[in-house]
Amino acid sequence: MKGTALVTAAPNFSAPHIEYGQLAPMLLVFGVAVLGVLIEAFVGRDWRRAVQVPLAYLGLGGALAWTIYLGVDRASIEGRTLWDHAPNFKAAAMGSVAVDAPTYFLQGTILVFALVSLLLIAERGHDAFTPQAAAVPGSDAEQESMAAGSEHTEVFPLMMFAVGGMLLFPASNDLLTMFVALEVLSLPLYLLCGLARRRRLLSQEAAVKYFLLGAFSSAFFLYGVALLYGFAGSVRLSDIANEIGKQSGSEPLLLAGVALLSVGLLFKLGAVPFHSWKPDVYQGAPTPITALMASCTLVSAFGAILRVFYVGLENLRWDWRPMMWAVAIITMVAGAVIAITQTDVKRLLAYSSVAHAGFLLLGVIATSKAGLSATLFYLAAYGFTTIGAFAIVMMVRDSGGEAGHLSRWAGLGKRSPAIAGIFAFFLLAFAGIPLTSGFTGKFAVFQAAVEGGATPLVIVGVLSSAIAAFFYVRVIVVMFFSDPEPDAPAVVVGRTAATAVALGLAATVVLGVLPQPMLDLAGQAATQLFVR
Amino acid sequence: MLTLLIALPALGAFGITLLPRGRDELAKQVALGISIVVAVLTIGMALRFEPGGARFQFTESYWWIKQFGVHWAVGVDGVALVLIALSVILMPLVILASWSEADRFGGAELPKADLDKYARPKRSVKTYFALLLSLEAMMIGVFAATDVFLFYVFFEAMLIPMYFIIGSFGGPQRSYAAVKFLLYSLFGGLIMLVAVIALYSQGPGTFLFAELSKLNLDPTTAKWLFLGFFIAFAIKAPLVPFHTWLPDAAGQAPTGAAVLLVGVLDKVGTYGMLRFCLELFPSAAKWFTPVVITLAVIGIIYGAVLAIGQVDLKRLVAYTSISHFGFIALGIFAMTSQGQSGATLYMVNHGFSTAALFLIVGFLIVRRGSARIDAFGGVQKVAPVLAGTFLIAGLSGLALPGLSSFVSEFLVLVGTFTRYRVPAVIAAVGIVLAAVYILWMYQRTMNGPTAEPVKGMKDLSHRELAALAPIIAIIVALGFYPKPVLDVINPSVQHTMSRVQMKDPAPTVAEKGTRP
Repeated sequence: MKGTALVTAAPNFSAPHIEYGQLAPMLLVFGVAVLGVLIEAFVGRDWRRAVQVPLAYLGLGGALAWTIYLGVDRASIEGRTLWDHAPNFKAAAMGSVAVDAPTYFLQGTILVFALVSLLLIAERGHDAFTPQAAAVPGSDAEQESMAAGSEHTEVFPLMMFAVGGMLLFPASNDLLTMFVALEVLSLPLYLLCGLARRRRLLSQEAAVKYFLLGAFSSAFFLYGVALLYGFAGSVRLSDIANEIGKQSGSEPLLLAGVALLSVGLLFKLGAVPFHSWKPDVYQGAPTPITALMASCTLVSAFGAILRVFYVGLENLRWDWRPMMWAVAIITMVAGAVIAITQTDVKRLLAYSSVAHAGFLLLGVIATSKAGLSATLFYLAAYGFTTIGAFAIVMMVRDSGGEAGHLSRWAGLGKRSPAIAGIFAFFLLAFAGIPLTSGFTGKFAVFQAAVEGGATPLVIVGVLSSAIAAFFYVRVIVVMFFSDPEPDAPAVVVGRTAATAVALGLAATVVLGVLPQPMLDLAGQAATQLFVR
Repeated sequence: MLTLLIALPALGAFGITLLPRGRDELAKQVALGISIVVAVLTIGMALRFEPGGARFQFTESYWWIKQFGVHWAVGVDGVALVLIALSVILMPLVILASWSEADRFGGAELPKADLDKYARPKRSVKTYFALLLSLEAMMIGVFAATDVFLFYVFFEAMLIPMYFIIGSFGGPQRSYAAVKFLLYSLFGGLIMLVAVIALYSQGPGTFLFAELSKLNLDPTTAKWLFLGFFIAFAIKAPLVPFHTWLPDAAGQAPTGAAVLLVGVLDKVGTYGMLRFCLELFPSAAKWFTPVVITLAVIGIIYGAVLAIGQVDLKRLVAYTSISHFGFIALGIFAMTSQGQSGATLYMVNHGFSTAALFLIVGFLIVRRGSARIDAFGGVQKVAPVLAGTFLIAGLSGLALPGLSSFVSEFLVLVGTFTRYRVPAVIAAVGIVLAAVYILWMYQRTMNGPTAEPVKGMKDLSHRELAALAPIIAIIVALGFYPKPVLDVINPSVQHTMSRVQMKDPAPTVAEKGTRP
């Protein structure tokens, strides 16, 4: 609404110049999403799934291929290595979308994670989604639709919209585009959260909570944008950055704007004290959607916060750093400490995600190339592990669906040593044990932070790692060192979900043992920092 | 060469996990075979080691993670060599001794009903041997690493197999002990991680030990970094006040794992003090010396006194080790060449004598189904060979002349006395206490009237004897002729001494009681 008001009010309106080639991955994903909606309207119920699933794979795969092509292509024109050329990157679409090296990296990462999450969403073995979202939980209508075997294939277009928004979010070069992207990515997620098949009340409660809190945070974000516009006379990040150097009269406007904007961004990545939605939503949402949120949304949100703080507010870093220090410290510590008391696996992973967001913030605080490349690497490493972990959560099932309570996992190591072993490996990666990707990522971030003069933060990070290790180890103890109950849950391995686990495992090992290629990629993506 | 030594057991461990279920015997044979091959290769390598040659030999160095400045850099000096030799010689013996460890219960006292419950294998046998082999790979790696990052990686990764061994195959309180062990060590390791990163940021963009040891750090920074490394090593070793995990972990671990835990893994701590704390931060190490010596002396006495009071055999051996680690730390920080040579030799000797003690105690526990000292009595009459080897191992533990520990303990005390008289005198009291705890334990378990449940006890089997005999032979051999080992150790120690810019006090001056 605000967006249109601004455009019509602009003087001398002329048709904008759009670089379609550079924006193609995003446009493709959005196009597939729209197509998906049309399919819902025109294709018969029996055929919908058979059309939607391949379409989603093709859309994401095509977008990924195009992203890779864009990166390689620009390099080959110049006859240089992949991201070796500074002046070539320009903000596209009249300066509102910045397609630069970090964007390629982030979009590529998001698309890969979306593809892996799609493996979980499209898994037929475990029905994660409700057959009829509109039916009251426990009602006859619900029973009927379940018996009729109906399903919501709307999940796929919704997911594509969300992914499209996630692609745009870190690429936005002005705050208004960023806000639009934020809403495009959030609204489908609110819906998807409420679609769990089991424990539907919990799921719907989670959706409502997420929606309300998300709406609040969006309002904060928008208010912050308005104040910054008042300060700089522009919502463009580079204009704000230039203005910070010059002006001296309206600092309160700037600082208040930055604070409100940060609230909106920090909410999305679940930093303390804006984390309270995370455990509820992660627990209530269908597990494939949780995996999508825990990987793609986190990457996207960090991409956006990196861009805002590296491009727009870099000159202000002496003002925002103390605040971010405080947020990073309480995020790391609170995430780790509260996780200790959790008894539900998904909630536990949610708090672990909070703690990881704290570690990632160290890379943001570093405001250096090393910090950027470390954060990019960490995101890539963490996403794979976390999708794999949620895929395993999907597989451990009893008569009531997923067996979420930790006590139900007792003795899993004896019943299904392979699955329990892989899960233990993922947990060790979360804990940052060497030879896993988690360690490499953590090391990269810590190193960048030490070089950026944030050694105290690293010490806090290390201490909270030690605390966090306690609850990861506790899960391992439950799985391996205690005896299974008589009616213990069984492990139901679906084919595509198993693929997701295998991919997560492979990435966790490779990025832990031979991280050099990925580090190079992240390093090259970071050499030019962000385009202005 | 060293890479091969690390890769071989690692691949073996991987191969064992791929074996089909139910091929337990095959898994054991593969594990034993690989560990013997590794031991033979290592001994071959050790024979080609030239004590007078370059400091680090058999070196290899490749970029591993260029972005971080990390090399896959391995190489051994004398100290590392003898410790690797200790590890690979113990390994096949441990595998042999714990042949049926994973098959049945091996822990502390339990009622008969529970015994049946624990008599089933808690996890598959092949897992146990795969974990042992992966542990071997990491033990070689940690001593061979000449890149600080690589050392850290092995230092931390080593915990995981040991954690699973204790937690899955240990005694009744295994899960508590395993978690305590892991958290303590992880905490220390993470503190070291900060120091590692901070050290890197002071250096020329590499983690290579050779480069980092050339740095001239600002004194305050050096002190903090020293502390970061030292706490990790003090937990690992363990020195008193960081020792409380050891009796639990060693007491609950299956016998074979307890041997490796106390015999080798804990040596990483003292090895780290000698190699990293002293050489990377020489001036800080000198500044902290009084503190460390105090802790070491407290550890010697405290460990010994607690050992006397133990009623559980395994815990008793664990406490004696705390006392012995005090001696090792004392020798290292005495900053004399006798002290440090003695300490290094002590690491090796302690590895063997503790291994013998733990193995025999393990055999006793399996036979009796209890680890309590008062559950035994008069074993000597029914199992003379077992009692005899126990006596030798015990006497080695109390440093009887003619057995290996005596040489090293003597060197440590002489080396300390020339510089720090009072600590050396107090530490010498530890030897007396050692005699008390060893002989008293021996008396209560082996002598006296044969206890009723002990009567049917079998003597050592051939397999058990095969595992013990080489250790006993080494203990005796090193007791009479430690020169070959000392020749290998001494050049490395000289190097450390020159790095910390310390010279041995001249004997004539020492009579005046000079202190630096």
